Amino acid sequence: MSIGPAWYLGLAAVLFAIGAIGVLVRRNVLVMFMCIELMLNAANLTFVTFSRVLGDIGGQSLVFFVLVVAAAEVVVGLGIVVAIFRRRKSTTADDLHVLKG
Amino acid sequence: MTPLLLASTRATIPDLITFVVCAAVVLTGALGVVMSRNSVHAALSLVLTLFGVAVLFIEQDAQFLAAVQVIVYAGAIVVLFLFVIMFLGVDREENVAAEPLKGQRPLALVLVVIAATGIIFLAATSHWVTGAHAVAGSTTAGGHSNTYLLGRSVFTTYLWAFEITAGLLVIAVVGAVVLARRPSQVHEEPRDARPAAPGAGGPGDAAVASPPVAAAVAAGTGASGSTTDDGERRPVPAGVTGRAEDGMDERVTGS
Repeated sequence: MSIGPAWYLGLAAVLFAIGAIGVLVRRNVLVMFMCIELMLNAANLTFVTFSRVLGDIGGQSLVFFVLVVAAAEVVVGLGIVVAIFRRRKSTTADDLHVLKG
Repeated sequence: MTPLLLASTRATIPDLITFVVCAAVVLTGALGVVMSRNSVHAALSLVLTLFGVAVLFIEQDAQFLAAVQVIVYAGAIVVLFLFVIMFLGVDREENVAAEPLKGQRPLALVLVVIAATGIIFLAATSHWVTGAHAVAGSTTAGGHSNTYLLGRSVFTTYLWAFEITAGLLVIAVVGAVVLARRPSQVHEEPRDARPAAPGAGGPGDAAVASPPVAAAVAAGTGASGSTTDDGERRPVPAGVTGRAEDGMDERVTGS
């Protein structure tokens, strides 16, 4: 069998922290989206780990739904990025500080 | 540490090696996403992380999710990212060192380190297990495969949530289409391209029969249009006459 769940949870926490740093530090909207994907993957790893430890298939079902929601989020988010780029010619989050077209 | 987290089943050497290699791959990819200057390199580093997580899924007996992870995440989502990067033409190096908000990055690092330490501390010291039985069924029930058990769980226990995700996907597709299409050209192009069209285009016979009247109508609409919006229009006298004559020639040759 696999090694203990504490290692998996620690890895997921570090992965989540790296993703959070990316969202806070980077200014490119596309890279910020990728960092959100990193954080979702960290949560998925935690779900699968607890699913194995507790012997409950519900954790894996939840990962399934997280995948669907992540796909929908990326589609809508990239649509927003394309719409903003048409007006501003930029994907930098700092250029979007004025809420007008 | 709780007994749950320390209760590791007997780990063999290959399992240990697999975990160490995958953890290194995952963290390398994550750092690549955060630190790379080029968006394309960030997307490729994301693929590295997703593959590492997929192998960790297999290591924990979640074979179906590992396959879905590779197919959906690495196959669809990252390709979508790359498509948008290439489509917008932002696949060049950016200035990572620029920091418009002073002191934001050290503060972000400090906050994230505090939060991560808190998460690990809570996971290590809290006792989360309630002792309740599994609602969705065991991971090894009846000796069935992982795909069988996951499918049975999704289509029975979580059927309502599954239907909701179908609605969510439809809404996302419609929203993406609405967001990404060009709304301005559909409504504004007829007005900009042919300002004389509503004045002289309707009664075509009258325009052919009496050219001065049509020219006057066209000049009137053109002049009023140029006073309302002077975006890309030529100066009024030359532009109006030239435009009216062009329209006249088209109409005569067309009819």
